[in-house]
Amino acid sequence: MLKRHLFWIGILIGLAWLASNTRLPKSAPGDFDIATFGKTPVLADGRLKPLDTVARTSLVIIHGKQTLRLDNGETIEPMRWLTDAMFKSPVADSYRVFVINNPDVLGVFGWPQAQRKYYSFAELSPFLQKIDEQGQKAEAVESSQRSHFQTAIINLRNALILYQGLKNSVAPEEADHFANEIAAYLNQLPAGVAATRAREKGQPYDKEKFDTMGQWVNRYQTLSDSATLLAVPPAAGSPNQQEWLSVGASLLQAISSGRANPVVKAYALIGDAYRGRDVSLFNQEAQDLSQWMQLREPRASGNAAFESAFNQLAPFYQAMGLYVLAFLLVAAFWLSGNRSLNRAAFYLLLLALAVHTFGLGARMYLQGRPPVTNLYSSAIFIGWGTVIIGLVLERIYRDGMGSACASLIGFITLVIAQHLAESGDTMEMLQAVLDTNIWLATHVVCITIGYSAMFLAGMLAIFYVVRGVFTRTMDREAGQSLARMTYGVICFATLFSFVGTVLGGIWADQSWGRFWGWDPKENGALLIVLWCALILHARWGGYIRQRGLMVMALFGNVITSFSWFGVNMLGIGLHSYGFMEKAFPWLVGFIASQVALMAIAAVPLRRWRSFQPA
Amino acid sequence: MKENLRQCFDFISSLKLTIFLLAASLVLVFAGTIAQVHLGVDEVQKQYFQSMWVWCPVGSQGLRIPIYPGGHLLGAILLVNLVSAHLRRFRWTWRKLGIHFIHAGLVIMLAGGLFTDLFSVESYTRLGPGEAKNYSEDSRKTELAVIDESNKDYDQVTAIPDAILRKGGTIEHASLPFRIVVGHFYDNSQVTMMDQPGAGQPAATQGIGAQVSVSPLPVAASQESDNVVSAVIEIVPQPQPGEATAMPLGSWLVSEALGAPQQFAYGGRTWRLELRPRRYYTPYTLTLQKFTHQRYAGTDIAKNYASLVTLIDPSRSENRDVLIYMNHPLRYRGETFYQSGFDKNDTATILQSVHNPTFLAPYVACAIVGAGLLLQFALQYGGFSRRHKSAPASC
Repeated sequence: MLKRHLFWIGILIGLAWLASNTRLPKSAPGDFDIATFGKTPVLADGRLKPLDTVARTSLVIIHGKQTLRLDNGETIEPMRWLTDAMFKSPVADSYRVFVINNPDVLGVFGWPQAQRKYYSFAELSPFLQKIDEQGQKAEAVESSQRSHFQTAIINLRNALILYQGLKNSVAPEEADHFANEIAAYLNQLPAGVAATRAREKGQPYDKEKFDTMGQWVNRYQTLSDSATLLAVPPAAGSPNQQEWLSVGASLLQAISSGRANPVVKAYALIGDAYRGRDVSLFNQEAQDLSQWMQLREPRASGNAAFESAFNQLAPFYQAMGLYVLAFLLVAAFWLSGNRSLNRAAFYLLLLALAVHTFGLGARMYLQGRPPVTNLYSSAIFIGWGTVIIGLVLERIYRDGMGSACASLIGFITLVIAQHLAESGDTMEMLQAVLDTNIWLATHVVCITIGYSAMFLAGMLAIFYVVRGVFTRTMDREAGQSLARMTYGVICFATLFSFVGTVLGGIWADQSWGRFWGWDPKENGALLIVLWCALILHARWGGYIRQRGLMVMALFGNVITSFSWFGVNMLGIGLHSYGFMEKAFPWLVGFIASQVALMAIAAVPLRRWRSFQPA
Repeated sequence: MKENLRQCFDFISSLKLTIFLLAASLVLVFAGTIAQVHLGVDEVQKQYFQSMWVWCPVGSQGLRIPIYPGGHLLGAILLVNLVSAHLRRFRWTWRKLGIHFIHAGLVIMLAGGLFTDLFSVESYTRLGPGEAKNYSEDSRKTELAVIDESNKDYDQVTAIPDAILRKGGTIEHASLPFRIVVGHFYDNSQVTMMDQPGAGQPAATQGIGAQVSVSPLPVAASQESDNVVSAVIEIVPQPQPGEATAMPLGSWLVSEALGAPQQFAYGGRTWRLELRPRRYYTPYTLTLQKFTHQRYAGTDIAKNYASLVTLIDPSRSENRDVLIYMNHPLRYRGETFYQSGFDKNDTATILQSVHNPTFLAPYVACAIVGAGLLLQFALQYGGFSRRHKSAPASC
């Protein structure tokens, strides 16, 4: 009875997981409507995005994670933290957000090594100058040569700069009644401008009005200089829609127009309402701002709302859960032999793939780019590619192997992606060289599919070795079918790696007049092609059989991980993304584990627990 | 004898050799990638990939031994192996046609790569706003230009490549009424004003060399060429008949560190001396109209670099404006000019140009390999589906 229902139980658990995590951004009634406010589009780091994304990526950079837990146990959502930082800075300054892992940094402040690793702005503020000096010294050192302390102090300095920029983006941090302040500023403008003009012409002028005007200009120039966010859309009918302004710059523009931009006023009222705990005014103004944006910047505002929903839905996080569940079901199938568990795993994988695909597609839509634009998106795409190939294998062989590999690699690559996201916005703007959709869509995608296939072949080999050496479950037939799968996947990898590498050469020739430049990333791709060619020729010549193929597929993991991650750690060449200190030990560990597995695979067959005569 | 030849052919066309060569290439590429951390990409290319052997220095005497086959050697053997294997095993069957195509394409790709390494030339053109140039400059090689300024309408330039200067000795040329004797040549050097601390003896007797000293520096092996090449030369008049040698006019320091050329008079004519990046003249002129460096709004991230240049080629009656920007180089008369950098507060542009006579080889190779892959895939799939129909798999 239970056996028949296992399929549906598996599927239901998966659906329940999805349902429990699916919430659209919405604030509780009677509370500040932070969710609506979070959908407001702003221009930051060259990209239009919702405040919600700014909040999440900034908190990740400053705090190391997306949620902030206060000392009293209360959890604060990123958008709430950003709203506090923008409008209630004394409160936000007391949050322990700044992560300091390096004890030497604490030493700079004369603090002993502490149990905690999070510090508030208020605690750090006496040392701002020291941090700035140390940070500047460290920045003079090339990034690959920096010590742990230097990297840590630079990170802290950048975090502080970011935080102060956020505090002074839409209103000066110490302004109590910003709406009134703007009104006063507009009020004095005619007289102030007249005094300034008179002085310029050498005529008698009102010195007091002139000085007041100078103070206002200074105040808003400072505000404009410190802003990280450009919150004010360009004037309607402006020829350059990319020219968003900061609140400070927009207020300076009022000198010629005599009027404040409605967005500036809206932010001011929202801030005043938030400080004055006026929920209904806050919600009304947030709603008005949202409607105004929809009218004036329909595309930016639609995308921002979509991105904010995308952030909240967190499709990659959802898919991670489903991958784990699918793997557990396959494992249960192997232990119990109940095929309905394997079927459930297959359909859960399809569901996970759909969620994963939604995430990938949403990113492509928001960026207007092919799927792979940086290391983060390559991780997302490798997982996606592997799951598809794995599902095809599962469909043909139906022994759980395809599903198991797909779910494991899907899960692992998403975990890697999550760690890569710690550097900030994952949809950052592309450096000029990469600004070409044709080559991103062909060369980069082919290479990344090649990585997917190599990792899948490697994972099949891991299963072969672990299952063969440590369990009695593998017979000749199972071994042969695993070898066939691995061989097929390697052929696939050869095709895509080769085509991708050649396309890369053509891109280089089109752009730089040379087909091949021995750049580390190019070499990484070539290594994969050479290794695949070596495997195929060795097999065709009969130099390797089943076990040899598996050992070589394991080493394929080593080569692919070097090509994907290792070359980026060299810190040289056109393709490098800077030194990734944290990832290095993991890469070394992974390579060591693969070499260990190769050694295990080299144990004579009679010592294997499988393949023994009954 | 015939038996030996046969054995030899069997060996060079063997699959074992292919596998060995692939493995050896893999090791070379890996080592060459890691070595870039210290040597930089240019030096690694020269030492690892564009060489017959990878050499390792032994001791301090400049002795070196070959420790590993270089890219050219491995590539050449791989080429021979590939060609001979197909001569030996070639059979005209449909089933093998795709494989043959793939490997024929690879032969062209390898041969093309070898040719590119041997014959392509990379150089730079640096243009300020409004500046026009009919030459590009080498980033690594230098030349000593000896310029006869006596004619009003043109300068006569005699350029001596650094390879000749480095050998030392006496240089004579029909266009020069004097000899040039190379005293010292420095691949990298530091030039110090005499009144600065650390200055040694004056480098030369004439020109600016009398006021500065020059000292050798170790050759820097970074991606950017920041070596400062210098040489101390003597100008020696041709000896009169009956004389063994003539008295030198004096010695000059020529160096990349010097901002301006130096002048001297000889035989009633004025001469100019200048050590400068090696020039490659073109029959056409490029003039920079405008360089633009776009950034994403509110950031320092580069969005695009673009150079608007005017191309004037009287011999082909070309006179037009060209926009060179990221991923859109100018290809003209066998040269490819691409946007490589900028200078002087975003007003000057640096274009890199590559002269590669075999640039078509990879395209031809790709087309052939692509056709082969398609054919192989189609045949395999056809075979697979036929087998699949005749004996359905049990799943």
